[in-house]
Amino acid sequence: MRHKTFLWFFLPTGLAMLLFIAMPIVSVVTQSIFAPHPAVLIEVESCTPLVGCTTETTVDQEATATLRAESPMGRFVGLGIYFDRGHLAIQEVGQIWATNDTWDGFFSELGNLPFYRAMAFTLSFTFIVTPLTILLGLVIALAVNSLHRHLKGLMIFFSLLPMIVTPLIGSLILFWMIDSRGVIGNALVNLAGDPDFSLKASTGLMWVALMVYGIWSSAPFAFVVFYAGLQTLPKDQIEAAQIDGATRWQQVKFVVVPHLMPLVTFVALIQLMDNFKVFEPIIGFSAGAHAQSLSTFIFNDMNGETRQLSSAAATSVITIIGIAILLSPVLVRTWRDFKGAR
Amino acid sequence: MFLKKVALAGSMAAFAASAGYACEIGGRVNIVGNEFAAIQAVAAGAKECTGASVESNLTSEHQTINVAGLSGNPSEYTTAIIANSSLVALMNEDVIRPLNDLVEQHGQELQPGQLIKIGDNIMAVAFMANAQHLMYRRDILEQAGVEVPTTYEELLEVAKAIREQGIMQNPVGGAYQAGWNLAQEFNNMFLGYGGTHFKPGTAEPNINTEAGVNALNMMKALSEYMNPDFLTHDSNATNAEYRAGNVAIMNMWGSRASQQTTTEGVLQEVIDGHAIAAPMTVGGGSIPATTLWWDGWTVGKNISDEEAEATFIAMKNGIRPDMLNDETTPLAVWLIEGYEPSEDAQGVFAAAKMGTPPYPMLPYMGLMHSALGNELADFMQGKESAEQALADIEAAYRAAAIEQGFLK
Repeated sequence: MRHKTFLWFFLPTGLAMLLFIAMPIVSVVTQSIFAPHPAVLIEVESCTPLVGCTTETTVDQEATATLRAESPMGRFVGLGIYFDRGHLAIQEVGQIWATNDTWDGFFSELGNLPFYRAMAFTLSFTFIVTPLTILLGLVIALAVNSLHRHLKGLMIFFSLLPMIVTPLIGSLILFWMIDSRGVIGNALVNLAGDPDFSLKASTGLMWVALMVYGIWSSAPFAFVVFYAGLQTLPKDQIEAAQIDGATRWQQVKFVVVPHLMPLVTFVALIQLMDNFKVFEPIIGFSAGAHAQSLSTFIFNDMNGETRQLSSAAATSVITIIGIAILLSPVLVRTWRDFKGAR
Repeated sequence: MFLKKVALAGSMAAFAASAGYACEIGGRVNIVGNEFAAIQAVAAGAKECTGASVESNLTSEHQTINVAGLSGNPSEYTTAIIANSSLVALMNEDVIRPLNDLVEQHGQELQPGQLIKIGDNIMAVAFMANAQHLMYRRDILEQAGVEVPTTYEELLEVAKAIREQGIMQNPVGGAYQAGWNLAQEFNNMFLGYGGTHFKPGTAEPNINTEAGVNALNMMKALSEYMNPDFLTHDSNATNAEYRAGNVAIMNMWGSRASQQTTTEGVLQEVIDGHAIAAPMTVGGGSIPATTLWWDGWTVGKNISDEEAEATFIAMKNGIRPDMLNDETTPLAVWLIEGYEPSEDAQGVFAAAKMGTPPYPMLPYMGLMHSALGNELADFMQGKESAEQALADIEAAYRAAAIEQGFLK
């Protein structure tokens, strides 16, 4: 293709990418390196019903308006917000490093910093849920594929249900089931023989519940992709394997899985991205006491009485960088395969 | 045709006259506010005005949209109905206007106590008060042979008696959900022990004190008598437990008092045994461990003078004295002239009489509340000491306050 033709061909896509992908990222990065102006505070008398008048501190609007007019972008702070305690906490980590001789002590104190605790959960969630989702999706796909054709349609519909249910609703349903007065929660109380046993009060069990939800809700996606892949499985290879006396397990291991490998890479990419941004189950399960993720940090920053835009923006940028790091091995591998194929 | 119009106008006038008031406005009114019965009644009153459109968007997510909705010019909303904690957020963003001129022109009938003054400026008009206070099951307390507690120390005794006699395993209720609710319970207890959140006149945090440690230890002691899932229970879930007969005693919002017995599906024994009392003190303090709240309305800054005037008139119509009737009176503790407190209101009035402090109206209180909500759960689960938790909260608050320009 001539360069000029290519340019015109690519222009609409390029413009859309600039507008909807590049610009928002630029805006978020800008937002994260500027913070609101220092507040000019004054003391005034404030009067409220049933209480009377008290002296309160408030923001001097006129003085603040002047500051805002002078530099509407706010106060330039560079990477200050990235390094503060709510994010990478460089200074605090340095102190913890200096005062701890053992790795044990270092990690337990590191877990007290919100960012690192959130990362501990997010990474565990990502690396446990992603492979299990792929495995479960593959098993469902193989099972459905071997069914009689009359049953297939129905089973496909049921297998897709978790994906059809709105994520927040799905997590709320599970949340009520594991409540100590819910079906599963109550059964566990009876099993444990302890009336005070509570799944929601235990961090470990809450993590398990969140991960089970994560696998349950995204397995249908993996299933659909693998099921589509199975329809393109070459019959002759399977027959050849059968003639050679391969068992069903050997057929799956040596013929089916290698055939589906590009799809596994695809599902892994999507799932790594999704799971790193885990959000709905934490909100739905009210699991804030046990698990946090970068996405819930952004939600909390934006949801308080005082919105912390700069902090939320910094967390967003860290999320983008985190996903880029997470995906790099898969992307590098895809690139190598691509070059090898040429 | 002409006759028809005359007849219509005549009947309209007669209707207005029979209702005893006429509310005419000359500009658009658009309300954003929380969604509960009392606020719905106020919005309905504002919508009775004629002459221009009166719209409303009442949603529990109002806090997340009111700043943005008042920011444009002209802004989407002309008024926000808010609680005292949100007034600060609106003032920090400079999106509401002082009401002094409008009060002078149209607000003569308003009670002086309804006007929220910050310095010389009237920033909001309050119409209802709210506070958390004691709600309990009279029948259960009688069965256990204990008195109604007036302090948190007594409440622990009551809870112990109820558990030991096998009446209930977890008799204490509390909105201890990690986040906003848990932080609010800390605020109550901390103020009850005589703490102040900030060093006077500055944004420097001041919670890592003896009062803070005492507050946390008391909360921990109370949680021993709560449903083990307490960190996931917000005020709705706590009330559900109460109405289901699983909770005998709790510190709960006064605005919920009238619904405890009228909600569908409440057990008969709960309806019969439900009682309310004054908020409790703690640690020998004289002021109750709770905070006083008000709900009121504001007028946006980024709208024309006609719209501001129309908004003021319409909102005042929503809180006029004769909007109080058999249906609306029990919905809240109204600050409106002529309001006769019902049974359900005595908890809030007792709170006011006992000198309950208002929820701190400081520009940086929102950041402190968020920091408390995010960091307290570790202590409640027994993962760290009270001192460590308080130090973490101060550090988290400090980072946020530096970002927002309140601290250097």
